[in-house]
Amino acid sequence: MTIPAVPIPILSFIVFTPLIGALVLLLIPRQRKEAARVFAATVSSFTLLLALWAFLAYDRAAGGYQFVERISWLPQLGIHYYVGVDGVSLPLVLLSALVLFTGVLVSWNIEDRPHELFAFMLLLASGIMGVFVARNLVLLFFFYEIAIFPKYFLIAIWGSTRKEYAAMKLVLYTLVGSIIALVGALALYFVSPVRTFDMDVLRELAARGAFARTVEVFGQAVRFDYLWFLPVFLGFAVTAGLWPFHNWVPDGHSAAPTAGSMFLAGVVMKVGAYSALRVGIELMPGGAVYWLPVVVFLAVVAALYSAAISLVQEDLKYVIAFSSIGHMAFVTIGFAAMNVTGLTGAVLQMFSHGVMAAILFATVGMVYDRAHTRYLAHLGGFARAMPMATLGFILGGLVAMGMPGFSGFVAEFQVFAGIWAARDTAWWYPWVAILAAPSIALSAAYILRALQATFFGELNRERYPHVEDVTALDKVAIVTLAVWFVLIGVFPRIMTDMIQTGVEPIVALLQGAMVASIR
Amino acid sequence: MALSWWAHLWSVLPEIVLVLAAALMMAVDAWLPEGRKRELGYWAIGGMVATLVVTVIQAAQLAGGIAIPYEAFGSSVRADLAAMLFRIIFLLSGILTVAISMDFRPLRQSGEYYTLLLISILGMGLMGAAVNLVTLYLALETVGIALYLLAGYLRDTPRSAEAGLKYFLFGVFSSTIMLYGLALVYGFTGEIAYARIAQALAGLPAPAVMAALLLILVGFGFKVSAVPFHFWTPDVYEGAPTPVTAFISVASKAAGFAVLIRAMIEAFPTAQGNWVAIMAALAFVTMTVGNLLAIPQRNLKRLLAYSSIAQAGYILIGVAAASPLGVAASIFYLGIYTLTNIAAFAVAVIMTNVTGSEEIRDLAGLSRRSPGLAMAMLAALLSLGGIPPLVGFFAKLFVFAAAIESGLLWLAIAGVLNAMIAFYYYIMVARAMYVDRSPEEEKPVWISRPARFTLWFTVAGVLLLTVLVYPLYLLAQMAAQAF
Repeated sequence: MTIPAVPIPILSFIVFTPLIGALVLLLIPRQRKEAARVFAATVSSFTLLLALWAFLAYDRAAGGYQFVERISWLPQLGIHYYVGVDGVSLPLVLLSALVLFTGVLVSWNIEDRPHELFAFMLLLASGIMGVFVARNLVLLFFFYEIAIFPKYFLIAIWGSTRKEYAAMKLVLYTLVGSIIALVGALALYFVSPVRTFDMDVLRELAARGAFARTVEVFGQAVRFDYLWFLPVFLGFAVTAGLWPFHNWVPDGHSAAPTAGSMFLAGVVMKVGAYSALRVGIELMPGGAVYWLPVVVFLAVVAALYSAAISLVQEDLKYVIAFSSIGHMAFVTIGFAAMNVTGLTGAVLQMFSHGVMAAILFATVGMVYDRAHTRYLAHLGGFARAMPMATLGFILGGLVAMGMPGFSGFVAEFQVFAGIWAARDTAWWYPWVAILAAPSIALSAAYILRALQATFFGELNRERYPHVEDVTALDKVAIVTLAVWFVLIGVFPRIMTDMIQTGVEPIVALLQGAMVASIR
Repeated sequence: MALSWWAHLWSVLPEIVLVLAAALMMAVDAWLPEGRKRELGYWAIGGMVATLVVTVIQAAQLAGGIAIPYEAFGSSVRADLAAMLFRIIFLLSGILTVAISMDFRPLRQSGEYYTLLLISILGMGLMGAAVNLVTLYLALETVGIALYLLAGYLRDTPRSAEAGLKYFLFGVFSSTIMLYGLALVYGFTGEIAYARIAQALAGLPAPAVMAALLLILVGFGFKVSAVPFHFWTPDVYEGAPTPVTAFISVASKAAGFAVLIRAMIEAFPTAQGNWVAIMAALAFVTMTVGNLLAIPQRNLKRLLAYSSIAQAGYILIGVAAASPLGVAASIFYLGIYTLTNIAAFAVAVIMTNVTGSEEIRDLAGLSRRSPGLAMAMLAALLSLGGIPPLVGFFAKLFVFAAAIESGLLWLAIAGVLNAMIAFYYYIMVARAMYVDRSPEEEKPVWISRPARFTLWFTVAGVLLLTVLVYPLYLLAQMAAQAF
């Protein structure tokens, strides 16, 4: 496989434009708030254009890692600045850029320290996109940790209701998870026959069963990948909101400011799932084959439990927050299928849910800005005053309930098809599909309930004498996001083609491990 | 082979320049009229920069292989890259300390203050280079006496006087115990030079060696403020003039590690199996106790005191790993820690000047009052917490990697869990700056030019060294090989 040469280091541009933008933003004088906003919008739209360009320029026929850059960083320890994207990571880079751009737009009217607000958002986006492009384990963790602390400030400063509690909870949860995974990665490094953090090399070694060797732990001989797969996978899955480590999700998503919620549900949870795939499943396929059929039950519980809880929430943001746990559970189920259909569905679900969560939280934020309450009982009738936001919420809702013709259906259908097709892996896999399916019906119920209570019905004229329509920038944000639902719903191949090229090598790895374990 | 007189002098060239600078300070102090005493700071910085230039040239010669490591003055001091690197750390912290001292009101610019600082750095340089027990002890006491005086420098302030006295009492007590250990070693072996002690110890019964080692560790533990020899730390840090606290927290700690690493590796290699367990236990207790006790602190200097105890614990992990990677990681960590901690203390100095208070809650509203200062503090705290993109991330990564490599997986796991506790209280300081409000938000914060320089230098350092981590790591690795 040859990697085409790229005239400019596009991935570095994508990752570092927001980072440098954040630093420059802090140098803009305090009083010039409008300048700070315009600058943040410029930086984020530039990043989005670069990401779109990369998405279009990616050679789908060739597949594999493209736009690769590699610079020595700490060569002696096998640490390089090594980035590249494949069919799995590129859609997620695009997703991050979309959420960054729309997040800046919907935060336009925040008056409290916009310089710092946008700087933390840009920093967060830079860390997130760094995780998606990193091809070296240390680099991945480097960006992963960058993407943790800005969340604290976004929530604790600009959030609402129990914001400091939620911010600290979120940060500690994700930090513990990532740190446990980091220890696993270091253990992998020292057990590896080649001392390197290079993920290409490590994957090659994994394919040859290098991490399936036995190690001695407290006098017991255990297979390395059986031992470390769970800590690494679950450590990352904390960020993906997998039950029973999901506890930070509802508080965090609800307390965050609008753009913060969009980031959290839209991309931060994907960072967890993506890292679990890249580090857990890809580098320890033997462990994945051994444990994923068990882990899938956590996802089934997550899907059912979160959908049921969403149905009875009184706070609009909690409805959406719990729903994101359920949708992310399908990603784990797709991983557990361990075949091309299931994994493609899982990755597509990440993109689809990211855009959907962003649009739902954006529109909910627009309602909150006008109503100053999120209690369903106090809301109602906002459709007339803000039709565009209503449309955005409805479209997001249709994706959430898996309506055919939208991206959510394409993704979830493949996840179910994948897990059904994998009944050779474990006899209970069809049961997983059967058990998880009711959550789709439940999601239709809670979305309709929230929609009805918020946008339709009578507007309380005494409480809300003037409800203004959303701004033009808000409309731009809604359209930018909503386009993707329909696009993918109608032409799934613009995503699935690319995702498949990225997923196939992973499935090959897993199949190799399965064969080895049968032998 | 007899060394030439120049080779002897070359091994202590930085100390010679420092002595001259210290003498010059006294003369300038007498000569400068009352109104211009502030300029004394620039003279002190000048003296240290001159020394730094000399040291860097020497370090470059050693690193480049132009000069070969050797022992001078009859195995008293060793001229090697590690000694030079530690001197650079001491001098850098000295320069930055003077920069934040110059406009620290309570100190009122006096020549003695700077002279004492220079002398303590001189002693530290010898600590890093010492390869026999007598030089070690003399250097240790030189540093100790200068620092006791500096800690109690504000005679009129009861807290500072108390800090000086406390530091002195704990210091002499632990150094006496250490002296007993040194005497035991001499008694057992009849040698004072590290290299010959190592040979002589090989034939001795382990309990005897362990007894001497433990007694010596009391002295070293005091210097690096390792638990359970840390009791002086919070009180002295709180009471001493803030710039002095900054200096003690970085330079004195680094000097303590310099002697600790050298003595352990060069004089006690035979007892390695034993001291690895001791160091690992010490590291575990130090970081855990330091971090847990930092959580309830309300005073910024006390919080940084407990944080610096915890940091000593992480550095001890590298020592406990007892491998080339471990020693390199410890040296690297010390360098980074120096930069970062001075940044945090610089903010404390500026805030004390403005508010007259050292309470964390008085940082409230800082991000509105002086966004740049708040950002500098945030960068320092996150780097101390090991959060990327700041270079503290690599410092932690290296020590944890070293622990795993040496089979101390439990210590690495304890370390990362500790890093999490630490993150909590660092974030609580950041919370005060960013979330809490204060009625004084509109009042601007005045930052003197030298203090501004310190902030820019240290913050740029913790940001940019992430990119340049490799050369720095290579240096630390070469220094580790010098042992």
